[in-house]
Amino acid sequence: MSTTHMNTHDAHDEHHDHDPAPHNVFGFWLYLMTDCLLFASVFATYAVLFMNTAGGVSGKDIFELDFVLVETAALLLSSITYGFAMICAHKKDKKGTLSWLSVTFLLGAVFIGMEVYEFHHLIVNGNGPQTSAFLSAFFALVGTHGLHVTAGLIWMAILMIELIVSGFGSRTVTRLSCLSLFWHFLDVVWICVFTVVYLMGAI
Amino acid sequence: MLTRILSKVALALMVGLLAGCQGGVLDPKGQVGIEEKQLIIVATLLMLVVVIPVIFMTLYFAWKYREGRDEIYEPKWSHSTKIETVVWAIPVIIVIILGVITWKSTHALDPYKPLKSDKDHINVQVVSMNWKWLFIYPDLGIASVNELRFPENVPVAFQISSEGTMNSFFIPQLGSQIYSMAGMVTKLHLIANEPGTFDGYSANYSGPGFTNMKFKAIATETQADFDAWVAGVKAESIAGSTNNGILDQASYDKLAEYDLHAPVHEATPVQYYGSIKPGIFNDNVMKFMKDHGKVELLKGTTFDSNMIQGNSNHGEMNHGEMNHGEMEMNHESSENSSHEMHMEADK
Amino acid sequence: MSILGKLSLDAIPFHEPILIVTFSVIAIGALALAFLLIKYNLLGILWRDWLTSIDHKRLGVMYIVLALIMLLRGFSDAIMMRLQLALATNGDPGYLPPHHYDQVFTAHGVIMIIFMAMPFMIGLMNIVVPLQIGARDVAFPFLNNLSFWLTAGGAILINISLFVGEFAKTGWVAYPPLAGLEFSPDVGVDYYIWALQISGIGTTLTAVNFLATVFKMRAPGMKLMDMPIFTWTCTWANILIAASFPILTAVLAMLTLDRYLDFHFFTNDGGGNSMMYINLFWAWGHPEVYILVLPAFGIFSEVVSTFTGKRLFGYKSMVWATASISILGFIVWLHHFFTMGSSANVNAFFGVMTMIIAVPTGVKLFNWLFTMYRGRLRVTVPVLWTLGFMVTFTIGGMTGVLLAVPGADYVLHNSLFLIAHFHNTIIGGAVFGYLAGFVFWFPKVMGFHLNVKLGKAAFWCWLVGFFMAFMPLYVLGFLGMTRRLNHTDNPDWNIWLYIALVGAFIIMAGIICQLLQLYVSFRDRKQNLDTTGDPWNGHTLEWSTASPPQYYNFANIPTVSDIDAFTDMKEKGEAYVRHEKYEAIHMPKNTASGMLISGCITLMGFALIWHIWWLAALGLFGGFVFLVLRAYTKDVDYYVQPDEVARIENAHLDNVAKG
Repeated sequence: MSTTHMNTHDAHDEHHDHDPAPHNVFGFWLYLMTDCLLFASVFATYAVLFMNTAGGVSGKDIFELDFVLVETAALLLSSITYGFAMICAHKKDKKGTLSWLSVTFLLGAVFIGMEVYEFHHLIVNGNGPQTSAFLSAFFALVGTHGLHVTAGLIWMAILMIELIVSGFGSRTVTRLSCLSLFWHFLDVVWICVFTVVYLMGAI
Repeated sequence: MLTRILSKVALALMVGLLAGCQGGVLDPKGQVGIEEKQLIIVATLLMLVVVIPVIFMTLYFAWKYREGRDEIYEPKWSHSTKIETVVWAIPVIIVIILGVITWKSTHALDPYKPLKSDKDHINVQVVSMNWKWLFIYPDLGIASVNELRFPENVPVAFQISSEGTMNSFFIPQLGSQIYSMAGMVTKLHLIANEPGTFDGYSANYSGPGFTNMKFKAIATETQADFDAWVAGVKAESIAGSTNNGILDQASYDKLAEYDLHAPVHEATPVQYYGSIKPGIFNDNVMKFMKDHGKVELLKGTTFDSNMIQGNSNHGEMNHGEMNHGEMEMNHESSENSSHEMHMEADK
Repeated sequence: MSILGKLSLDAIPFHEPILIVTFSVIAIGALALAFLLIKYNLLGILWRDWLTSIDHKRLGVMYIVLALIMLLRGFSDAIMMRLQLALATNGDPGYLPPHHYDQVFTAHGVIMIIFMAMPFMIGLMNIVVPLQIGARDVAFPFLNNLSFWLTAGGAILINISLFVGEFAKTGWVAYPPLAGLEFSPDVGVDYYIWALQISGIGTTLTAVNFLATVFKMRAPGMKLMDMPIFTWTCTWANILIAASFPILTAVLAMLTLDRYLDFHFFTNDGGGNSMMYINLFWAWGHPEVYILVLPAFGIFSEVVSTFTGKRLFGYKSMVWATASISILGFIVWLHHFFTMGSSANVNAFFGVMTMIIAVPTGVKLFNWLFTMYRGRLRVTVPVLWTLGFMVTFTIGGMTGVLLAVPGADYVLHNSLFLIAHFHNTIIGGAVFGYLAGFVFWFPKVMGFHLNVKLGKAAFWCWLVGFFMAFMPLYVLGFLGMTRRLNHTDNPDWNIWLYIALVGAFIIMAGIICQLLQLYVSFRDRKQNLDTTGDPWNGHTLEWSTASPPQYYNFANIPTVSDIDAFTDMKEKGEAYVRHEKYEAIHMPKNTASGMLISGCITLMGFALIWHIWWLAALGLFGGFVFLVLRAYTKDVDYYVQPDEVARIENAHLDNVAKG
């Protein structure tokens, strides 16, 4: 571990051909697997607790399927529009990418907005997470997904700013690919949430 | 070499202890404990069949093949199907034998299984509180704190719950322990084969007063001695004891009081209740789960608590042994196998 | 609520003389250290070459330094507990009231597992794995630095709890409802939650990083079944981390919600279910012990095969045994609570599954034995640790299988027998392994050898001390003594408690020997230099580098065609080849971002513990800003020029030629 870094040059002065982030997408995949297990734990908890309503409401009483269906449609649609954004990104089409990302962002924001509305509605009606183990688990599960989507939105906004300011840099497509994985992953998780929490809860 | 001597000493000590020590799990005074001691000895001996040769071979090989001795040296020898088969086979065989023993003994020693005896069992409801034990005798209408009394050779059926933190109800010389948990009822069956006074503990840490959470379990020599004690408690005539009158919700709540920041520095003294409000145990289990009388399961079956009964012979038990566990038993949760503890209704 | 939340001067334990003395000693020590750093003008070096380093070798060293400091802390706790239990007999209250004692045993468990064993293991992995697979660094060097600082952040939080407020009084498992707000209203459990949460996220990122490294960055020719055995065991450990730590993250988050926002996951009322916590906790906790011990198994394998001068016997068996231990490790968690009242079928299933783990473990022991067979064993210090392990661990394994029999567990559960068992496996397995690895790789990392005499003295103290400290605990378990008792009142137990205390002091002598060994070895380093880079005639690629290794590890990435890659190269005469020309090497630059991000997150943790909401928000925001800034920093890498590489390589080869 010699400490003398003599005669070194900054890499960005050079013109070597190298992929700046060769393992990023694979590494991000691995991260998503850990995230998947996080969700699995929360799902398991929900599965154990969902009937512990402590004398309060159960899923049947509070879930409004029509509302959630619109929410779901927004998120699913946003996955498709993200796909279009990626097609443009691979073509290095800045304008196309930005437009599709904006649509995606908007749909994601609609999803989060509706979720916040739903949570607010439940809380003001006295069905907040403090009411029962069922509602604790419900808020935690749906909320964990919601926090992920919010993080995805923030990330998307940053990448859009990056695109606007400096166009396609050496890592932009990699970054967009990672976010794309994240976004589709959250979509899949939501399908599970929708099925397990809302559909099975409302029957 | 010191290692070998030390491990031998340690083994010798353990064998010595197996032979004759006072108190503890290797000096059992009840059928359950005796069977568990035998299980420990058999399993240990079985494992020593591998363990001793491995320790011996470790030291022998290290000595024989150390540098500077003119033994055979084969630096590239790294595979032998024969040896590999043997080294997989030996532990597999031992584990198969142990596995069979485990499967059988786990069923034989299931704490939920009533003990076979020509005498009727005594029901005791146990509540762990911060930081004391309450023993309720529902059929006899009395209760005691930190003293558990029953006749020898009479099986005792415990129903165990907690008023707060989780504890573990444990009388080492009689055998198995079981957790006590709020809002839930766990079960345990024990018997004393000889009279005596045995130490009882909480085996699961439960807060600042935990160390003092101990009690005496007294197996009386005759049924008559026990009956006399029961009569004494009822008549509040046991000399030198504290008699608290009736155990109703008010006195129960008073008993359950505790101070987290100033825990008692000694075990709570023995106290008696000459009479009890019927169902006090169930009431206090149920208070943690207001809704659980009526719940709709996934499959659309409506359950209510009257459909699920405890295995008690007594009518008063028929309401309310329900708890979280039962609610979940139709549910495919891979995580929580402990639910089955409450499925006695199905057995 | 004041601007500082629950924090006030009352939180400082002025009334606890033990803590005030401890604080003074640490403060004086820190001042002395700062003085020395300034006097010898080392602050700049410390900052530039260490704290901001993203070199896996230096991060590894820092992990191990953290582990050693935490070992001292955790061991102080251990001595305090043994002393208390030796004094507090026959009804005597001893010198530690429950309020203090309960914190001590909780801190001991958390620190030893999360902040001693884990960093030690991850430190060795950091140093060795990239070198063993012929890589220049890990897949994400910056992330590696961030992981380290998150671990350090957790460690800092847990140590702050010593002097500001208090630590959890729940035992290291923090079972609710005891760990819930109702029975633990103070900040102790919050310290526990945030220390574990922050370091746990660091650990998860480490696993992701190292999995990407071994799957994507192995030297050409190195197939998975050619990876050195230590790398293999680390890989399985990382798979276990990636699969189990998210469960810990989730369960801690739920406990947080229960405590902060009045949720009802694990509360007694509101339909909460504390059994869920216990299940989830051990779904992480059981794999965790294999995370600790598997890399230690890898170290023993490397040590045995190196010092017998032989190939490892049954390499494939070893890999598959490791794999089966890892997978089985996930389906045995319920054996931590056979006494919860599960049905006989469930208990028997988990008991038998647990026993099956003894099979691959036994195979490993036999394979080490047959590696020694027909070898030329050099009885060095790492070998002593290995032999000590094989004897000790066999006993620990036996008592473990005994505890896996539900019928036996019904009377041994939560007794000192259990304490003796897991110390027998964690000290006799994991810690002996790390200490073997420490001595084994020390010359590689530092360039000089550790003093042998003191090393042997340390080993014997540890071994004898271990047996004296823990064999009595087996006896006490049989005598019916349960764990976490603050004082006892049973004359039959006393003698065993005294012997255990003496044992703990002998272990302390061992630790003192190790500290002396570090000092003496550093003082005499000029006489004990390792100039060749291959002091033990090693088998694997890390020994092909200089000691300490070149900061870029390999000038040319080696091509591998054998499990013992370096032995193979030496035999073919391909080791130490002088090249005419070198390529420029692309390297990442050091950065303070990891420290800054982790510093903000740690601050957030501290603020959340004390309910200082504005500071928590600020910490989170700060962490976010530094992360984004890092993502958009362009100046992140540089090239080592060919003439520089040639100069370093030639100097190394000259040294090797001189011998």
